[in-house]
Amino acid sequence: MHTSRAVGHKPGTTGHGSHTEPAWVRWLLISCAIAVISILVIIPVVNVFYQALANGFDTYRHQLLDDAETRHAIWLTLTVVPVAVVLNTIFGVAVAWAVTRFQFPGRTILIAFIDLPFAISPVVVGLMIMLMFGRLGIWGPTLEHWGIKIVFAYPGLVLATTFVTLPFVARELIPVMEALGADEETAAVSLGANGWQMFWRITLPNIRLGLLYGVILCNARAMGEFGAVRVVSGGISGETDTMPLRVEKLFQEYELPESFAVASVLTLLALVTLIAKTLLEHQTQQQLARADDEQAET
Amino acid sequence: MSSNRRILPGFRLSLGVAITYLSVMLVVPLVVCLMEVSKLTPAQFLNAVWTERTRSAYYVTLTTSFYAAVIDVVLGLLLAWVLVRYEFPFKRFFDSLVDLPFALPTAVAGLVYSSLYVANGWYGRILVPMGIKVDNTNLGIVVVLVFIGLPFVVRTLQPVLESMDADVEEAAASMGANRSQIFWRVLLPPLAPAMWTGFSLTFARALGEFGSVIFIAANKQYESEIVPVLIVSRIDEPALTEATAVAMVMLLMSFCLLMAINYLEWRSARYAH
Amino acid sequence: MSISIEHVSKHFGKFQALTDINLEVGSGELVALLGPSGSGKTTLLRIIAGLETANAGVVRYQDLDMTHSRPQERQIGFVFQHYALFRHMTVFENVAFGMRIRKTPNVEVAKRVKELLHLVRLEGLEKRYPAQLSGGQRQRVALARALGVQPRVLLLDEPFGALDAKVRAELRQWLRQLHDQMHVTTIFVTHDQEEAFEVADKVVVMQGGKIEQLGTPQEVFDHPANAFVMDFLGNVNVFHGRMQSGKVHLPGFEMAYPEYDHDVAQTATAYVRPHEVDLDRVAPNGAAMQVKVLQVHPAGSVAKVRVQSEEFGMALNIELSLDRYSELRPKQGEFLFASPRKVRVFKPADDYVI
Repeated sequence: MHTSRAVGHKPGTTGHGSHTEPAWVRWLLISCAIAVISILVIIPVVNVFYQALANGFDTYRHQLLDDAETRHAIWLTLTVVPVAVVLNTIFGVAVAWAVTRFQFPGRTILIAFIDLPFAISPVVVGLMIMLMFGRLGIWGPTLEHWGIKIVFAYPGLVLATTFVTLPFVARELIPVMEALGADEETAAVSLGANGWQMFWRITLPNIRLGLLYGVILCNARAMGEFGAVRVVSGGISGETDTMPLRVEKLFQEYELPESFAVASVLTLLALVTLIAKTLLEHQTQQQLARADDEQAET
Repeated sequence: MSSNRRILPGFRLSLGVAITYLSVMLVVPLVVCLMEVSKLTPAQFLNAVWTERTRSAYYVTLTTSFYAAVIDVVLGLLLAWVLVRYEFPFKRFFDSLVDLPFALPTAVAGLVYSSLYVANGWYGRILVPMGIKVDNTNLGIVVVLVFIGLPFVVRTLQPVLESMDADVEEAAASMGANRSQIFWRVLLPPLAPAMWTGFSLTFARALGEFGSVIFIAANKQYESEIVPVLIVSRIDEPALTEATAVAMVMLLMSFCLLMAINYLEWRSARYAH
Repeated sequence: MSISIEHVSKHFGKFQALTDINLEVGSGELVALLGPSGSGKTTLLRIIAGLETANAGVVRYQDLDMTHSRPQERQIGFVFQHYALFRHMTVFENVAFGMRIRKTPNVEVAKRVKELLHLVRLEGLEKRYPAQLSGGQRQRVALARALGVQPRVLLLDEPFGALDAKVRAELRQWLRQLHDQMHVTTIFVTHDQEEAFEVADKVVVMQGGKIEQLGTPQEVFDHPANAFVMDFLGNVNVFHGRMQSGKVHLPGFEMAYPEYDHDVAQTATAYVRPHEVDLDRVAPNGAAMQVKVLQVHPAGSVAKVRVQSEEFGMALNIELSLDRYSELRPKQGEFLFASPRKVRVFKPADDYVI
C-alpha cells in the first residue's frame, strides 16, 4: 500500500526534454508546487524545531533529559523498536525468499496477506491485542495467573509495534529480489555452495541496499507508532509511555515546550530517514540499472 | 510439480518462517476478533454498530477522509506533474520531502499542525482573523489527513508520468491538438487509474488514522469523533465486545478498499510499461 | 569421466520436455546438444547438472548413479547462458568462489585463480567487477569460474549465444583449444549448427524432446538421419514426388531407392543442398531440368543463384563456388540446366509402416 519503493520512480531520468507548456505556465505550476510542499511539510518541520528551541538550547536539553518520565520514554522506545525491527526483518527476508524464488500454491494469497496490516487501523491492532492478552481477553487471565504481563507492559508494546510495521521490510525486498533474479544463486549452488553459504555470500550482498532501506523505514514507523501502542500501553507515565505517547501526554498537560522537545527528536529521526532513503534509492537504482544493462547486453 | 525437487535451498525454512509468523501475527488476532464478535446476537451487534454515536462517527470519518483524499489527488497531480516534467533548483530536495509524512510520527504531525493553526500559531495568526478556524474543528481533521496522505498520490502518479513518452504529445500536437486538448485527451486518461489508486490509498489510510487527529480535533461525541477515537474510548470503558463490533465494520471497509486498490493497480499496470 | 543418460524423461506440467532419452558421453569428449528452441536440449543439460530433476530415468557419472544427488555434490562446472556472474564480486573473487566454498587455503586460491585467468586470457582484470567487462570477457570469467572447482564435467548452456558474430567465432576456436588442453568431459547446448560442427567431437541433434541423430559432425552433415536433421542443418531445396518399387520419381528425374520396394505408390520428399546442384549451359548426361535464372547474387564465399523451373513450377536455390561462377557467368533471364549431384530421400516418418 505504501508506494514509495526502492525501484519505484527514478529522479533525474525524466526524458521530457521538449516541454511545450509556455514558460509562464511552467513557473506558475512550479511555484504552486513549492508553495504546497512548503505549507504542508517544510514550515511545520521548521515550526517543530522553532518551538522546541524557543527558549534556548539549554532549556531544550533540560526539557529532554531532566524529566525522568521523558527519559524513560526515550529509553522505552529505544528498547521496544529494535525487537520489532529484528523480528520483521527476519520475516521479511524469509517471505521475500519464499515468494520470489519458488512457485507454490497459495503464493499470491501469501503476498496479499503481507499487505494486510496496512488495511487495519492501528487502533484495531491494539484492540486485537487487548482481546487476546488483556484482563478480559482470552489468554489474559491465564497469563496473569502465571505472573506474565503483556498488556500495559513491555511485551504488549513490542507486539503492537511489530504488527503495525510488519510489511515494511518484506515490501521493500520483494521487488528488489524479483528484479535481481535467481541466476546468481543458482550459479552459487552449481559451484558447490550450501544454503547458508549462498545466502551470506551471494543473496545478502546483493539485497543489502533494499534490506537496509526496508529496515530504516520499518525503524522510522516503529519509533513513531502511536495508535496501537496507545491502546495497549494503558498510559502509565514512566512505565509504558513511548516517545510518541509522551508527546501526547505532555500536550494534554499543556507542557507544550516539553512536548515539542520530544517531538523534535522524532522529527530529526524522520529527516535522517529521508536522507538515508534518498541516498539508498539513488544507489539501488544504479545497481538495478547496472543489472538491466547486463541483461540488455546479453 | 510436487515430485520436483527444488534446486535452490531454503524453501521449507523460509516458507515455514513466513507462514508461522503471519499466522501468529495476523490470522490468530483476526480469528480472535471474529470470535469476540460472534458472542453478540445480531440484534446486539446492530445495537453496537448502529447507534446515533457510531453513525455520527462513520459520517465524520468518511466525509473528512473523502475530502482529504480528493484534495490529495489534486495536490498530488500538481506535485507529480511538476516533479516529473520540469527542472528547477533543489528539485531533488523537494522530491525527497514529499515522503516526510511517511516518516514523521503521526503524533508529531498532530502536535505541530494543531499548534500552527491555533489563534496565535503561525497559520492561525492569518487564518483566524479571516474567520477560518482549523484547530479543534473538523476542517482540522481534513487538513491533517491531507498531510498524512500526501505521498500516496504523488508516488503512485510519478512512475506513470515518467513512463509516458513525449512522442505521444508530439503526435497529438502534430495532429493539431492544442495544449488543453492534449492535457485532457492524451495525458489525463492514462493517469486516471493511477489517480484512482492514489485516491483509494489515501482514503484507506485516512479511515484508520488516529494519532494525528486526536491532537487537532475536538473529539466530541456526535460532532467530531472519528471511528478510531470511538473505538479507543469504548476500549477504555471497557466495552471490548462493542468496540470489536465497530472495528469489524471498519475492517470490512478497509478490506473492500484494499481489494479495489489491487484491482486498480492491476489495471494501471497496462499503462506503465 | 563418462556420463550415461538412461531412459530419461521430463515433463513440466502437461508439457513433455524430454521423452526417453538415452545418451552416452565418453570421458574427455566434447559434445554438442544441437536443436531448435523447445527441443529439450537445455533441460537435458540441466538434468545432467542436477539443476533439474528427471521424472524418470537414470543419470550416471562413470558408474555412479547421480540421478538424485544435489548439484553441490556433483562437482560440475556450469556456464550459464547469461553467465550469472556475482555482480558484487571482483573477477578474482568470482573465479575463487568455488574454491573458497571448499575451504581451499588462500595461497592455493591465489595461485589457481592466476592460472585460470591466464588460461582464459584475462590477466590484469582481477580487480574489475562484472559490470566493467565486455560480453566476451564476462563469458570467459564464467568459464574460469566453472573450471575453478576442477569439475569432472563441464556444462555450457548456449555459451556464445549472447555474443556478436566476431567474438563468437573467436571464442569457439578458443573453447576447442581449451578442451584439447584440459580434456574435461564437456557438453554444451547450442541452436547454431555451425557452432556445433566447428567445436564438437560429437553432435546430438534434438527435436521435440527426442534425439534425432547422434554422430560426428561429418556423419551428421553427410548422412542426416531424417528430414528434420537435413532441414535443420542448413538450406535445402525440397522436391516432392512419389516412390514405388525401389524407385523414386521426382520432378525432372528419377533415381533408384531400394529401401522402398513396394508396389504401392507412396509420396516421397527429396532434399538437395544448394551447393550440391550444378548449373550448365548444355544439358548434361543424366538427370537435369531446364531452369530460368531469376536472380544472381555473387556475395561472400559463394555465388547464390535463384532459378525457376517453368515446367515443374518450382524454384531452386543454388550455390556456386566462385570459380565455377566466374567460369559460367549466369545472367538473369537466361535458360540453363540444373542437375543435382546428391539427392537425399527420406521415408515419410509416421505413415510408413511395413
